[in-house]
Amino acid sequence: MNQILFKEQLSPDVYRLRVRAPLIAEERQPGQFVILQLDTEYGERIPLTIADADTEEGSITLIVQAVGKSTILLGQMPVGGRIANLVGPLGRPTHIEKVGRVVCVGGGIGVAPLYPIAQGMKKAGNHLTVVIGARTKDLMILEQEMRALADEVLICTDDGTYGHHGLVTAPLKELCAGAPKPDLVVAIGPPLMMKFCAETTKPYGVPTVVSLNSIMIDGTGMCGGCRVTVGGKTKFVCVDGPEFDGHQVDFDQLIQRLGSYRKQETIAADGCHLHTEAKKKGLVE
Amino acid sequence: MEWARLQALPQPLTPRDRLAIPCQEMPAQESLARAQNMQEVTLGYSDEQARVEAERCLQCRNAPCVQGCPVRIQIPQFIAALAAGNPARAIAIIRETSLLPAVCGRVCPQEMQCQAHCTVGKSLKSVDQAVAIGRLERYAADWERTHGAVSPPVVAPATGKKVAVVGSGPAGITVAADVRRAGHEVVLFEAFHKAGGVLVYGIPEFRLPKTIVQAELDALQQMGVTIRTNFVVGRTRKITDLITKDGFDAVFVGSGAGLPKFMEIEGENLVGVYSANEYLTRSNLMKAYDRERAETPIPSARRVAVLGGGNVAMDAARTALRLGAQEVHLIYRRTEVEMPARAEEVRHAKEEGVRIHVLQNAKRILGANGHVTGIECLRHELGDPDSSGRRRSMVIPDSEFQLPIEAVIVAIGNQSNPLIKQTTEGLDVDQWGRIVTDQQGHTSLPNVFAGGDIVLGTATVILAMGEGRRAAAAINEMLQQENSAGVPARHS
Ligand SMILES: Cc1cc2nc3c(=O)[nH]c(=O)nc-3n(C[C@H](O)[C@H](O)[C@H](O)COP(=O)(O)OP(=O)(O)OC[C@H]3O[C@@H](n4cnc5c(N)ncnc54)[C@H](O)[C@@H]3O)c2cc1C
Ligand SMILES: Cc1cc2nc3c(=O)[nH]c(=O)nc-3n(C[C@H](O)[C@H](O)[C@H](O)COP(=O)(O)OP(=O)(O)OC[C@H]3O[C@@H](n4cnc5c(N)ncnc54)[C@H](O)[C@@H]3O)c2cc1C
Ligand code: SF4
Ligand code: SF4
Ligand code: FES
Repeated sequence: MNQILFKEQLSPDVYRLRVRAPLIAEERQPGQFVILQLDTEYGERIPLTIADADTEEGSITLIVQAVGKSTILLGQMPVGGRIANLVGPLGRPTHIEKVGRVVCVGGGIGVAPLYPIAQGMKKAGNHLTVVIGARTKDLMILEQEMRALADEVLICTDDGTYGHHGLVTAPLKELCAGAPKPDLVVAIGPPLMMKFCAETTKPYGVPTVVSLNSIMIDGTGMCGGCRVTVGGKTKFVCVDGPEFDGHQVDFDQLIQRLGSYRKQETIAADGCHLHTEAKKKGLVE
Repeated sequence: MEWARLQALPQPLTPRDRLAIPCQEMPAQESLARAQNMQEVTLGYSDEQARVEAERCLQCRNAPCVQGCPVRIQIPQFIAALAAGNPARAIAIIRETSLLPAVCGRVCPQEMQCQAHCTVGKSLKSVDQAVAIGRLERYAADWERTHGAVSPPVVAPATGKKVAVVGSGPAGITVAADVRRAGHEVVLFEAFHKAGGVLVYGIPEFRLPKTIVQAELDALQQMGVTIRTNFVVGRTRKITDLITKDGFDAVFVGSGAGLPKFMEIEGENLVGVYSANEYLTRSNLMKAYDRERAETPIPSARRVAVLGGGNVAMDAARTALRLGAQEVHLIYRRTEVEMPARAEEVRHAKEEGVRIHVLQNAKRILGANGHVTGIECLRHELGDPDSSGRRRSMVIPDSEFQLPIEAVIVAIGNQSNPLIKQTTEGLDVDQWGRIVTDQQGHTSLPNVFAGGDIVLGTATVILAMGEGRRAAAAINEMLQQENSAGVPARHS
């Protein structure tokens, strides 16, 4: 179990992995995630969305951006390698139903968790518009997959190297102002992007779902480390979410809490980069 | 020395001689040294100390101490074996009723249970002077482990029946052992990557070394119990699917009370505020105290406030010291008399330098740039007893004061985790989310049993174990009836 069956690099820092996990593949629904750990004694437990699943092969697909020690190490694992611990599916599944016109907005790595939701929304019979944003063309992921699925795909890059020059909020605003206006927006990406998406849709009264990526340990409601304020109440992302009403989320607090360990994490990642560099130069094993 | 003196006395000793023997203190690491390391604080009796302490027991015919033990360990009998210098016999007697003696000997609130009823303590007018039953139990269990004398219990021939146990805390471990002994196949499911429940992620290494818990889990595996970690029942598989799809004949739910309560005060979601569960899990399970090797970070805060007065609060406060805090302030709204923590833990915490503030409570947590900078407290006074008999804690108006603090650990208890309830149709819970069972642990669903903290609310290791034993007996009885009634056993 937990073998990496397939691995592909989607952009400089982003990897797509297919991992053997038959039970999780069978039970998972859009919106759910796994927690994995690479070393049972000292490793950290990191949450990753289940981007896709194949019940025949008994595998799940993970799309991971190497941002810190554990995700860098995961990206370096070879095909055939075993992930020490993998648990899931966790979190509440996305509420999927036919509402009419759905706009799915994905920023950066957020396109990965968005994919199974977009799939579900389309399958339920919705008209689907997908807006994908990335900093630059090379960082764009899952474009072809989304095109195969959606009725309409809009692309934005921060630097104008591909599609619209600018942020995803520009086309989102147009969509909301247009007629017929969307019945539902699902926005997943960096917290700041989700915050601005929610602010964009609010004046138009378009219901907006966001998927929060707080720091987690157990993923079962035991530690409270993943908590955020939603509608003035404390919620646990791992059991009450990860999806919430974007108009109710206290994004500033989420961003603060995500930065809790910035100092320690930078040290860990630096050590890791150094190791990778050293390895490239053949200095260490 | 004391032992030599006792042997010089005319034998057998008179009750008077026994009452004159001083209570044997258990050696411990020196307080300032131990606050700097994670190793176990108490060191256990020497062979001689154990025999001296055992000689203090009067072997009361009515054994009042046994009534105080939730699992009714035959206390005078095992103590007599120790006095006779036969620890092997002592541990055999203990193991007839208790499955986790090395654990309970360390963490049982003995002064409120067996030792509260001890005749010696009563005669000497102090529960602290009671026979140290817990320490003797620990001695016997440690002797067994360190002498390689642990022999896995005999397992009955296979019955073809299969039982799922959800959660690997004391309740789950007990059920797994008892059901496996009857010859049924047992799979123990655990959500975390390591088994052991609170014994592993909650209670710190310095109070309960993890090698002890591991020895118990190894014994389970030697008996043929399968342990499946990384398996969240309800999510990875629903309880009903375990029965209908995977062929389990019975399910026991021992999923514990892991849903941390917060104070619901201003500032509680600032960076630097932790539930005790999170803080302790980071330190114990994820080994964050090993800063060289662990990847899960833990904040290094110089001034830490801990809110609460139970065992969990003491564990968090003492852990904070070991993680390098210079000041740890434990804030509790009643007085030390009402503190639910074990007296020994409170004493150890104080010796190590935890500052205990009673009759105070947090009003709000202060912050700047999203991080904790301080805490504002109110003074309290004690009023009339409430329905539980504890004196009510009442706020003194306008008594606010502030303390500069960098981290706050909230340790005011746990509620029941709703995950199993949410994913299991037809499972009845009460208004606090605790699974409702009868005396034998049957839930509202056929073939589904429950016990431990998920039924009792937050309780103790020994109570969880006692519930597990009762539920296991009910499961074994049910499966035996099915077999003898000719219901064909299912095969997987
Ligand atoms: C429900 C959920 C689903 C997720 N799905 C995906 C996914 O499909 N693909 C993916 O690449 N990532 C996903 N994430 C984020 C991923 O878990 C983090 O990137 C990862 O834990 C970082 O670990 P690390 O050790 O590599 O980096 P760290 O060293 O821990 O952190 C490196 C940097 O990332 C930031 N960071 C830490 N944790 C998070 C977090 N949870 N979210 C965002 N930033 C964080 C830190 O502040 C730091 O700046 C998800 C998170 C959640 C909660
Ligand atoms: C910090 C702390 C200190 C304590 N100190 C003492 C003490 O000194 N003395 C004392 O007697 N008691 C003490 N207690 C209380 C005692 O530990 C508990 O009463 C006891 O552990 C309860 O046992 P349990 O088997 O019911 O549950 P737990 O020990 O809580 O175990 C439950 C297990 O089930 C797992 N689980 C939960 N949901 C699922 C699921 N859906 N699928 C699979 N697995 C799941 C959990 O991960 C956990 O491992 C302390 C508790 C804490 C938190
Ligand atoms: S299990 Fe606990 S209550 Fe029972 S004898 Fe041992 S220490 Fe006392
Ligand atoms: S009550 Fe005390 S003295 Fe009497 S048998 Fe029990 S332990 Fe011994
Ligand atoms: S991750 Fe621990 S409660 Fe959500």
